[in-house]
Amino acid sequence: MNPVEQLNLYLALGALLFVCGVVCMATKRNAIGVLIGVELVLNGANINFVAFSRFHPNFQVEGMIFALFVIVMAAGEAAVALAIVLNFYNNHTTVDVDTAEELKG
Amino acid sequence: MFELQPFMFWLIATLTGLCAIATVISQNIVRSATWLLFTLAGTSGIFFLLGADFVGAIQLLIYVGGTMVLVVFGVMLTAQGPFINMKTSGAEWAISIVAGILLFSVLCFGTWGHFSAPQATAMDDPKDSHQAATLAQAMTGAGYGPIYKPVQRERIHYLLPFEIVSVHLLVVLIGAAYLARAKRRKGAAT
Repeated sequence: MNPVEQLNLYLALGALLFVCGVVCMATKRNAIGVLIGVELVLNGANINFVAFSRFHPNFQVEGMIFALFVIVMAAGEAAVALAIVLNFYNNHTTVDVDTAEELKG
Repeated sequence: MFELQPFMFWLIATLTGLCAIATVISQNIVRSATWLLFTLAGTSGIFFLLGADFVGAIQLLIYVGGTMVLVVFGVMLTAQGPFINMKTSGAEWAISIVAGILLFSVLCFGTWGHFSAPQATAMDDPKDSHQAATLAQAMTGAGYGPIYKPVQRERIHYLLPFEIVSVHLLVVLIGAAYLARAKRRKGAAT
């Protein structure tokens, strides 16, 4: 199989993960479900980065480095978002994002 | 002739895609988190298949080992009675699925339209790339390239982003601990 077709298949897989993440963020009412959707989106982006680092001569190292940065950012984002969700749960005893309407301290 | 690479790609990609779809459509949040675990493991398999050993290993370590533990902890701390199964109404599902299929077709259409030109080429055999060493060279600003070749003249520095990421993780550590701590002086503040 020629490299372009292979690259396109990997990009299609990344697009599938991205779309799953977006739909997950849109449909889940649980705040942690929304967080799971964000993780799926970041994974789709990572697949694209690594696929380009394999198939494009100019992104041989850059693709992998950016994937590493995305992984670290995702870890930080998950930690802060979960802290916010737990705090919201402590204050409101719910994790339903539809009830999170007021932005007060 | 039987080729291992496309077979493995289709196997792992099918499993990963199915797990991702199951993550979206399962209503139970615990099952959703479990499907996400399999999706992340499948993604690391894709990385190994692409020859990115180091990134795949880091994905397994940080994502599957760290982030998933965080998410499961969040699920366990908040999963009580009505919050395990929170239903989404049928109309919202219909709109979301139509929008998702449209978005996916737009992305695939754009991919096949743009990258049909023969500009992408496969890299050399991933077996003989010293990835951890190459990435470390790029991260510390020593330039990169296979370590048995002379270092390229125009050097690519990722030292500053690397430091920023380190400081970012420290800030996240402190911020998450500050946000999640138990507040006990609510009445005293008035």
